Amino acid sequence: METKTESLKFDIKKKKDFDVQSIRKDFPILERLVRDKPLIYFDNAATTQKPRQVIDTIYNYYLYLNSNIHRGVHYLSQAATTEFECSRNIVKSFINAKFDEEIIFTRGATEAINLVAFSYGETYLSEGDEVLISHMEHHSNIVPWQIVCSKTGAKLKVIPIDDNGELILDEFEKLLTPKTKIVSIVHISNSLGTINPIEHIIERAHNVGAVVLIDGSQSIQHLPIDVQSLNCDFFVFSGHKIYGPTGIGVLYGKKDLLESMPPYQGGGDMILSVSFEKTIYNILPHKFEAGTPHIEGAIGLASAIRYVQNIGLDVIFDYETQLLQYATERIQEISEVRIIGTAKNKASLISFIIDNVHPHDVGTLLDRDGIAIRTGHHCTEPVMRRFGVPATSRASFAFYNTFEEIDVFVSSLKKIINKFK
Amino acid sequence: MDEFDSLYQEVILDHNKNPRNFGELESATHKAVGHNPLCGDYIEIFLKVNNNVVEDVKFKGVGCAISKASASIMTTVLKSKTVNEIKELFERYHKILTSKPDDPVDTNELGKLSVFVGVREFPVRVKCATLAWHTLMEALEKKDSLYTME
Repeated sequence: METKTESLKFDIKKKKDFDVQSIRKDFPILERLVRDKPLIYFDNAATTQKPRQVIDTIYNYYLYLNSNIHRGVHYLSQAATTEFECSRNIVKSFINAKFDEEIIFTRGATEAINLVAFSYGETYLSEGDEVLISHMEHHSNIVPWQIVCSKTGAKLKVIPIDDNGELILDEFEKLLTPKTKIVSIVHISNSLGTINPIEHIIERAHNVGAVVLIDGSQSIQHLPIDVQSLNCDFFVFSGHKIYGPTGIGVLYGKKDLLESMPPYQGGGDMILSVSFEKTIYNILPHKFEAGTPHIEGAIGLASAIRYVQNIGLDVIFDYETQLLQYATERIQEISEVRIIGTAKNKASLISFIIDNVHPHDVGTLLDRDGIAIRTGHHCTEPVMRRFGVPATSRASFAFYNTFEEIDVFVSSLKKIINKFK
Repeated sequence: MDEFDSLYQEVILDHNKNPRNFGELESATHKAVGHNPLCGDYIEIFLKVNNNVVEDVKFKGVGCAISKASASIMTTVLKSKTVNEIKELFERYHKILTSKPDDPVDTNELGKLSVFVGVREFPVRVKCATLAWHTLMEALEKKDSLYTME
């Protein structure tokens, strides 16, 4: 096995611009021990660790800059406003949106989907219309649509998936009709790892006049995103999955669509003027950002984006793909393990089940060796039912993970299997 | 023996692999289905109760080692006990599992069930060790019911 590791490591070393050991030094948490073992963090699809640069940004915000933004006439308020709006601009450039005001800060991807479901959905859906999602959606891209459909009389339709965990595109074509008003699809499945062909989906959906929301919760940290070339109508993601803080997320929406939508929440900042007779709503993006926003969250997210840009998402994707390939090969050595999600195009996560060992026991016993993975249904119960399993174990990798960590993980898995024999 | 060895001790692994009283009970007078949607654990309990005494019990289902072993060991301690004795036993069991790791435990009180004392080191796994018991209580109270863990 050593030789296989060596050969892959050699590939990586050829990439002079990627040195995983020096990158690991940016992540203080990776130095800690868990249960007296070096932490092996393979739960990156749930949340990523934060580099010192992001932690320092948030720390410095509270040390030197803390102030409420917008409308303040004093120095700090203006400085904080500038930082906050700069962060919006950094997000805009990162996903190549056309305008700053197309970037709405939310609490996370979930709130961003809810915003579109309620603001756009409730306004434009009516009886007989259809909303199309897929069988591999996270609950956060199922439940908001169920609620809106039950309020408007629209119908929820589901694109089926095959045994590899890929969308069945022929079925998608059949489900797509002039009744389809909204297509809301996950870019990368959080429980299967499948990378969906969203360019194709967006194009086909536009042909029948539907708007398309892409849930980028699992793609923003792995793939370069260009919303203009994708031509999606909405794109959502969470900051904490891309090495930024929790509690901040982004809704990108095309400007004309966002302008045509009513506010999602009422409050301060989203208004131009308020009287008891009439309230005039603010312009974009403020119309959708009621209340004091998560200022340090937005600034922290911008810092995380700068960090990722510094390494380069193409370099990140290359390295993570090698981690995925290596981990897949090593796991396949173990005959008791079955991988759930074997799509041709996959991001760096592996869902698996082990004969006669329940995922919760796998998770608890890996934890004993300092290895953090996720077990359960991953908020995708329909996927679990599709594959006839109550739950899976999921190891998900980030660019700070190493081939050596995968080796430790695989020998820990073997130990667990022996224990249950 | 660390807390993991204590959680996954031989007795528990054995009951997980070879669960006792596994299957359906045709003469059942009471039954209940238990479900923990968070982890997908699922259990069915069948009881034959006569004159307030449990004469026979069987179970089937899927779950982690802790949940399966706790169901299996539970079925081995119920026979010939009265409904009240079973309720008292569950109360003692539940109290010890949710106590703090340093609190003193009288293992004599629990008998065979004392192998589960280690579960209290893992608060997220307490539900695994009690799903069968909660389902049992439902069966005893309502004769035919569905219990969903929250």
